[in-house]
Amino acid sequence: MRHRLQEWRAHLAMALIVTRRDVRDSLRDWRILAPIIILTLFFPVLMSVTARLAINWLASYGAPIIGTRMIPFLLLIVGFFPISFSLVIALETFVGERERRSLEPLLATPLSDGQLYLGKTLAATVVPLMASYLGITIYVIGLYATIRYFPPGPLLIQIFLLTTVEALVMVSGAVVVSSQTTSVRAANLLASFIIVPMALLVQVQAAIMFWARYNVLWWIVAALLVADLILIRMGVRIFNREELLGREIDQINLRRIGRQFWRFLLQSPGAALQPPMKGSLRAGVVRWYRRDIPALLVRQRLSIGMVLVLMIASLALGWFYAPRYPLPSQILDFGNLSRESFESVGMLGFLPSFSPWSILFFNLRSLVLGSLLAVFSLGVMSFLPIMSTMGIVGFLARQIASAGHNPWIFLAAFILPHGWLELPAVILVTAFALRLGASVIAPPEGLTVSDSLLLALADFIKVFLLVAIPMLIAAAFLEVYLTPQVVLWVFGRG
Amino acid sequence: MIITHALTKWFNGFAAVDAFSLHVRAGEVVVLLGPNGAGKTTTVRMLSAVLKPTSGRATVVGFDTVHDARAVRQHVGVLTEMPGLYLRMTPLPYLDFFGQLWGLSPRQRAERSELLLRRFDLWEVRNQRLAEYSKGMKQKLAIIRTMLHDPPVLLLDEPTSAMDPHSAKLVRDAIISLRNDRRAIVVCTHNLAEAELLADHIAIIRRGRLVSLGTPIELKAQMLGPPLMEVRLVGSVDGLSPRVADIVDVEAQGKDWLRYRTGEPETVNPRLLRRLAALGRQVVTLGQVPRTLEDVYLRVMEEPS
Repeated sequence: MRHRLQEWRAHLAMALIVTRRDVRDSLRDWRILAPIIILTLFFPVLMSVTARLAINWLASYGAPIIGTRMIPFLLLIVGFFPISFSLVIALETFVGERERRSLEPLLATPLSDGQLYLGKTLAATVVPLMASYLGITIYVIGLYATIRYFPPGPLLIQIFLLTTVEALVMVSGAVVVSSQTTSVRAANLLASFIIVPMALLVQVQAAIMFWARYNVLWWIVAALLVADLILIRMGVRIFNREELLGREIDQINLRRIGRQFWRFLLQSPGAALQPPMKGSLRAGVVRWYRRDIPALLVRQRLSIGMVLVLMIASLALGWFYAPRYPLPSQILDFGNLSRESFESVGMLGFLPSFSPWSILFFNLRSLVLGSLLAVFSLGVMSFLPIMSTMGIVGFLARQIASAGHNPWIFLAAFILPHGWLELPAVILVTAFALRLGASVIAPPEGLTVSDSLLLALADFIKVFLLVAIPMLIAAAFLEVYLTPQVVLWVFGRG
Repeated sequence: MIITHALTKWFNGFAAVDAFSLHVRAGEVVVLLGPNGAGKTTTVRMLSAVLKPTSGRATVVGFDTVHDARAVRQHVGVLTEMPGLYLRMTPLPYLDFFGQLWGLSPRQRAERSELLLRRFDLWEVRNQRLAEYSKGMKQKLAIIRTMLHDPPVLLLDEPTSAMDPHSAKLVRDAIISLRNDRRAIVVCTHNLAEAELLADHIAIIRRGRLVSLGTPIELKAQMLGPPLMEVRLVGSVDGLSPRVADIVDVEAQGKDWLRYRTGEPETVNPRLLRRLAALGRQVVTLGQVPRTLEDVYLRVMEEPS
């Protein structure tokens, strides 16, 4: 334990050498220093004066509540403006150094990738964050001096926490952006993917504050913390010597992308991490089914397990919430069930018409949409289709149980006849979509971010085409021709 | 000091370095020669444990460049292709920063910095910001950074680029002095004259592959054949060739000179001189026609891959 602590201290000491140098360098740059000083010292004073004027003005129109609600919002803004510079400093310190070629001598020192990442992240965060805390303090003092108002403790804690996690999101996002570009210009263009969502988030926070739902801010802090962890994990993985020195120009090479994707598609799992072999690539359906698919399933056992756990959790959640929203008893009366009842399901609008191809198309559409969401949400949203479906199943099972039926028989009759094929297919697609989305967070050793995404896409397509679609076709036919028979046999009257 | 075995690095589907094997001993300078994009910088990056090889392995001062990367970087001084300095800093804090990263004590940092700044004529400008330095001064400071922690292995990528002749000589002298101190040194350069001056061995790289390796003399013999000798006589050489044909094959001749190749000049040349004396011909000079490394390099580059 003591040894680990010493090791960690030494690790931190190395990182702090970089931090100190970078902070000093930032403080030498008047383009960074001047706006920070203005936003830290003058802006909060201006805001506290503005707050007093606004309160008096709104009170004269009989709307003091608007003025009162504005004070916490201004607190947020006073904190946010200085931390927006963390993005600029981060881009400068990561990609700027890379562009000026001053990063390479650092890479040749005993610094580890992690120490370099930590040192530079701290350097980009410390100055704006301190400026932000100072600005908030000056604003609060100004408020007390002008209108004798002191924000409640929990609100202050929320603002400090929000400011901190937002700065971290911007810096860790900037590292990810920086590792994918070779010039400050390109990084600035990509930085809009960080600053625009952050600006929108500030607007959401403003609305929440005017609405006085301060508890929601805790959820935003938690969500930003998760985003921080994901981005930091991603940054630690991709901010490494190989990735930094392997990229020379920001150019999309479609031919190379196509060639690489084709290689990943045809090669057996694991061969992707080897250097490309000379000669043609050969693959066959027999090899895919006999070797590749089983190997892929074994490799993805963790994500498959995660999907299973979340599936069961969604089922339980649906079951848990069912009593709060009881369904009318006539819906749960299975006495009048007939073949026509199934065929009329399509008239509900949000469900497909009761034919195998409609059901198949509906399932495929949901899974493809879920997979697309996975790509844009780093894997998080891949669970959406399966969680919502299982939540509804759990909800219905509890409603059935409340109506006096056995929920297990309900599941066995309504789900099992086709579900034994459909559910595994959905689980597999979800697991591989999760991996597809998460592939950019932590590329395997030896692969770049784009290669990691291409490899995950190739594996996803193999499983989707060769396993999921055949299973879903069979399940759709069973759902139309077998499941109604079983349901009518179990619950029907004739 | 440096041993590589079939070192290979793939980037985006092509081999930047392909099965590169090399051995550099203590007190030896090996020069890597090759056109732009030949894989010299990638080789240096792998030897300094900055990049991992795709296959093959390398050990530097006994440490594996993949498994003991940190130890390798601790024992290696790397001069990168560009100086890559922090231009807002002055040299002493700059060197102090790198000294800290290499774990030098404050005293060591101060002493080494002063010693090296004086040696490379930068002590007088120690209070100037690096932005104000000329290209050559920046390059010299980058070399000082490389030598600051007194590493047993130096990897120098274009060490004298952008330098005036005086500064370039300073750097070359420093390299020779380090070699005499039993350091192992790898130099990447395009300057063939400099390569010839510094190299104990020259490795010529083309498209990532080591195509020739040897001392400058060995390479010349290997690529250009046996030494070309020239004998200059008093008077015309007309009709002389057949009379010395049993000793040398005359390759070319002028008004008063003959040229021939021989791999055994120590036996052939005295015989030829005796024959010429016997024929009553007076010899003005006998010597080797100078052959430059440039000839070797161009010959290697012209060969089909």
